[in-house]
Amino acid sequence: MPLDLLIVDDSAAIRKILQRVLHQAEVPLRTVYEAGDGVEALAILKEKTVDFIFSDINMPNMDGLELLTHLKSKEEWKKVPVVMITTEGSQAKVMEAAQLGAAGYLKKPFTPDQIKDKIAGLI
Amino acid sequence: MANTIEQERVSEIVRRATEEVFTAMLGVTVRAGDAYVEQSPPDHFDGVVSFIGLAGAWVGTGSISCSSELACSLSSSFLMTPIDVVDEQVLDAMGELTNMIIGSVKNEMEANLGPMGLSIPTVIHGRNFAARSLGRDAWTVVPFWSDDRRLDVKVCFTPKDRAAAHEHGVRPKAFLLT
Repeated sequence: MPLDLLIVDDSAAIRKILQRVLHQAEVPLRTVYEAGDGVEALAILKEKTVDFIFSDINMPNMDGLELLTHLKSKEEWKKVPVVMITTEGSQAKVMEAAQLGAAGYLKKPFTPDQIKDKIAGLI
Repeated sequence: MANTIEQERVSEIVRRATEEVFTAMLGVTVRAGDAYVEQSPPDHFDGVVSFIGLAGAWVGTGSISCSSELACSLSSSFLMTPIDVVDEQVLDAMGELTNMIIGSVKNEMEANLGPMGLSIPTVIHGRNFAARSLGRDAWTVVPFWSDDRRLDVKVCFTPKDRAAAHEHGVRPKAFLLT
C-alpha cells in the first residue's frame, strides 16, 4: 500500500537524498511532504495525514526531540512511527528520542536496504 | 588500540566509504584514482572545500574539495534541480556529503583507533585561497573523478597525546566578494 510520508530535516540535500534512497529501495510512496523543522512539520500535520515520519534531531526553531514530544502527546499523531535521522554526534539524543517514543533511528549514510528494513519493520 | 595506521588501509577505507555514499545514496558514479600522501597542501585553491573534525583517543580532520563546477553538478544530482552557481544549497549539499563520507570513514577507523566524535562540517567557497590544518602528520589523499572532474577526499589522523595545536586556517590570497 503506498505510503504518505513526512520528511523533517533542515538540510534540503538530506530531504532529497532520502527520497532518492526511498525510490531506490522501491518503497511504495503516494505523497512525500517536506518540512525544514518541527514547526513546519506540525503545520503540515494539522492539514495532512501521514503514515510515517523521518525526522532529523538537530534543527532550528523546533528540534526533533521537541517535535517528537508534540507528536506523542496528540491522539491523532501518537501512533505514527517516527524514525530519527542521526549523525555520529547525536547518539545521546537518539537514546533520548527512544525514551520519548521514537520507533527507531537511521544513521547517515544509509542504504536502500536499511531504509527498506526500517519501514518494513514498522508498517 | 593502535598507535600507528597503515596508509594503505586508510586509503582503502576512504575509497570504499566514498564509493558507497556516491553510489548507494546519491546515484552518482565516481572513479577512484591512486591514493597518495600529501605533506604540504597546495599553495592556492579555487572551488569548494569542506572540513570536519574528529576527536577521541586519536584526533584528525577529514576534508573534501572540488571545483565549483563539480560542486554545482553534484548538488544538482542530490537536489534533483539544476544549479549553476555555488549558493547556500550547494554549500549545504557539500557539507552533508562530507558528513556522510568522513562519518563512514570514522566508523571503520574506530575498530583500530577507538571511539571518535565527529564535528559539524565547515564549508568554504572561493578563489585563490589557501587552507591549512596545523598538524604535523601527512594527509592521505584519495582522488576521485566524476566525468573527468576531480574531487579529493583527504584524511589525517594522529594520536591525541602526540597532537600539536589543531587548527583549520584559511588564508585568502584574494577575496571573491559575492
